[in-house]
Amino acid sequence: MPKQLMKGNEAIVKSAILAGCRGFYGYPITPASEITEAAAAWMPQVGGVFLQAESEVAAINMLYGAASAGVRCMTASSGPGISLMQEGISYMAGAELPCVIADITRGGPGLGNIASEQSDYHQVVKGGGHGNYRTLVLAPHSVQEMADLTALSFELADRYRNPVVLLADGFIGQMMEPVEFPQSATEPCLPRWAVAGTAESRGNAITSMHLDTDKLESHVRQLEAKYFIAEQREVRAEDWHTEGAEIVLVGYGIVARILKGVAAEARAAGLPVGVLRPITLYPFPALHFQRLAPRARVFLVVEMSNGQMLEDVRLALNGARPVEFLNRMGGNAPTHHEVLEAVRELARRHLPALPAEEEWIVHV
Amino acid sequence: MSSEPEVSWEIARSKPASFYSTYERKDELQHATHYCPGCGHGIIHKMLAQAIDDLGIQDRTVLISPVGCSVFAYYYFDVGNVQAAHGRAPAVATAVKRSRPGSVVIAYQGDGDLSAIGSAEILHAANRGEALTVIFVNNAIYSMTGGQMAPTTLMGQTSTTSPQGRGAHEGYPLHVSELLATLEAPVYIERVGLGDNKQIAQAARAVRRALDNQVRGLGFSLVEILSPCPTIWKMTPVEAQHWVRDVMEGTFPLGVLRDRTQSAQSDAVPAPPPLLSAVPRILGIAKTGLPAEPSAVGAAPDLNLQVRMAGFGGQGVLLIGEVLAEAGLDAGLEVSWLPSYGPEMRSGTSNCHVRLARELIDSPLVAHPDVLVAMNEPSVRKFCAMVRAGGWILYNGETLPEDCDWKDVHVLARPFTRIAKDLGDARAANMVMLGALLEIAGNLPRTSIESALGRLVRNPRWLALDEAALASGRKLMREACAEANHAS
Repeated sequence: MPKQLMKGNEAIVKSAILAGCRGFYGYPITPASEITEAAAAWMPQVGGVFLQAESEVAAINMLYGAASAGVRCMTASSGPGISLMQEGISYMAGAELPCVIADITRGGPGLGNIASEQSDYHQVVKGGGHGNYRTLVLAPHSVQEMADLTALSFELADRYRNPVVLLADGFIGQMMEPVEFPQSATEPCLPRWAVAGTAESRGNAITSMHLDTDKLESHVRQLEAKYFIAEQREVRAEDWHTEGAEIVLVGYGIVARILKGVAAEARAAGLPVGVLRPITLYPFPALHFQRLAPRARVFLVVEMSNGQMLEDVRLALNGARPVEFLNRMGGNAPTHHEVLEAVRELARRHLPALPAEEEWIVHV
Repeated sequence: MSSEPEVSWEIARSKPASFYSTYERKDELQHATHYCPGCGHGIIHKMLAQAIDDLGIQDRTVLISPVGCSVFAYYYFDVGNVQAAHGRAPAVATAVKRSRPGSVVIAYQGDGDLSAIGSAEILHAANRGEALTVIFVNNAIYSMTGGQMAPTTLMGQTSTTSPQGRGAHEGYPLHVSELLATLEAPVYIERVGLGDNKQIAQAARAVRRALDNQVRGLGFSLVEILSPCPTIWKMTPVEAQHWVRDVMEGTFPLGVLRDRTQSAQSDAVPAPPPLLSAVPRILGIAKTGLPAEPSAVGAAPDLNLQVRMAGFGGQGVLLIGEVLAEAGLDAGLEVSWLPSYGPEMRSGTSNCHVRLARELIDSPLVAHPDVLVAMNEPSVRKFCAMVRAGGWILYNGETLPEDCDWKDVHVLARPFTRIAKDLGDARAANMVMLGALLEIAGNLPRTSIESALGRLVRNPRWLALDEAALASGRKLMREACAEANHAS
């Protein structure tokens, strides 16, 4: 099957266009700029709109406008830009407007640096804007998933009439891997609620405002009901050799790739190690954790942040099993070696029945 | 009593059709607006609705309501309605209009909304010449929130946040229309008032004109309307109207600030989008456009290679990494290429991780490379200790720096830059080093390398040079191995 070598950031745009995205409004920021550049190159060629906004604040409000007009639309940014977009994301969630936001994360807080971190987890997964809302969040760990999960993001955004964030670190955005795309493009139909400047859509109104306290409460309850359905139906996670795993490594994005390498080496040495990789960060795959808990002795969460997903893992396990944590920050990725060392240490502490350590080292 | 004389009368102007007959989106008092007696919004709404009627554009109209007293415009206007965040109406309107070029989009904004929090959005929408109609209602104060100072508040005017009267420390009244009139793109900008009936009649003409411009596809039009707010100004409606004419107008003179209506060209009709079936080909991802099969015959070669390549930015380490990865893909292998570089456009350090394998690649990060290609001294110092035992260091220099830890590792240290210069261009040093590396990865088919190089290097002169450089690198490596064998 012929595949193409492509950067993750470029794969996002091509997949978006195939999924019917015809509006891209963005503001440059490293390490997400390739997405904006690719959109500038391709969007006009398929009759879509590309516009470089004056700020991320304007960009997200342009999505608000394009989504109101019933067009599948997206933007891309990184930590500081996503912070600026939070106002608009809240409005879109409130007005129930679909859009896709690619967050190719970098180091923070503040200007931080342009290297990869996973420190946007809180502001993206927990909803950094005001009000009672959630964003659906997908976390690709390969270039192929950058393409596949972008397409899925548009489906979910429309299905739930809600912003969806594709949360990827700078590594996944910048790296090249073979990728293949579906060979047909979709043309979504105009949503019945859209304000498209036509006689049919004239009576439609998009707003996030509900002055009456009971009406706002009922609106928020409806949003909650929607999120509840998403929690039942849209959870995605990868179980990588978790059957029988006694040490479960947990990570998303580039970290999951590192964990698979470590787990492969540990398994080759006879250690019962598996990797649980959340693909949807909201809805969080809590059941996957609960399923593994009876057999697992310990979970090791590895993140390129100060322990942001760690909180969700602990909530999911609710004290059923110990949760250990290993992290790097500032743009450093945890190395194969340091994770392997941590796994060895956990094996010593939690797997008493292990063969003598000397034997095991010989195997390695 | 004589019988009353028969009176015949007709309504000269009924309620515009672009208004709802009853305001059902409103919770209470659905026959009346929420505006205060003497408020300018009622008058402006009516002239806007009348213009929509007159131009026959009710179905096509999309009204963007802002934050402020006119936040509820969608209660009244029977058109497409979008309520926007504070100050962002021009950004929202921009995308509605660009998404639906056939629509007529009106951003209706107050002075706090447009001239303070939304100053960036209005400036850039105007500067892009977005084909919008902006109705800018200026009453020199934040009314809905209870009378705080706005950028448009007059000097000396008291407000709840300038209780002593606005002074120079609070800044001067912002003349947004004049600022926007300095831009190239806007077609029509006029300031009008609601200070008396004559002014109101002129305001109605301006609103209609600003809308008509959009119908004609002419570009950005803005009408600033000085508008009374009796409640917040603590005046009677009549006093407030006079204040607009007698006081506000002194700071904000009425008149046309920009008029290119005659010379402006209407927007070209956009070309129809391509057929959906053509999209994969346009994106360059149609399978028919890709090399159908790996150019190498048979199964993927038995190769598991982890490489780190590093040098100064501009030395081409990312490119040779890409050639290697492309060649691996062509040969049917799994591959990954991961760059790492600083923020500098030139002269920073850059490096990449490349993996080729028959199995799925777990981590694209290469911690212990089989081969390190170091194009400069900082790179070899930084990475030499990572190379796995039995691996190779290819170094662009006569000898490795003395303090490099390179035990149990093969080394090929040559002045690759000079070698490339002798071949015709020092910039081909990266390809000479890639040639040497390919000799180590001997079972990567040559056809795959040629095909990858051909795809990535389009300039024929460079392609010829790079091919020569690859051959030279291969030869260097073969000679070095022969020497080593001979010595042992």
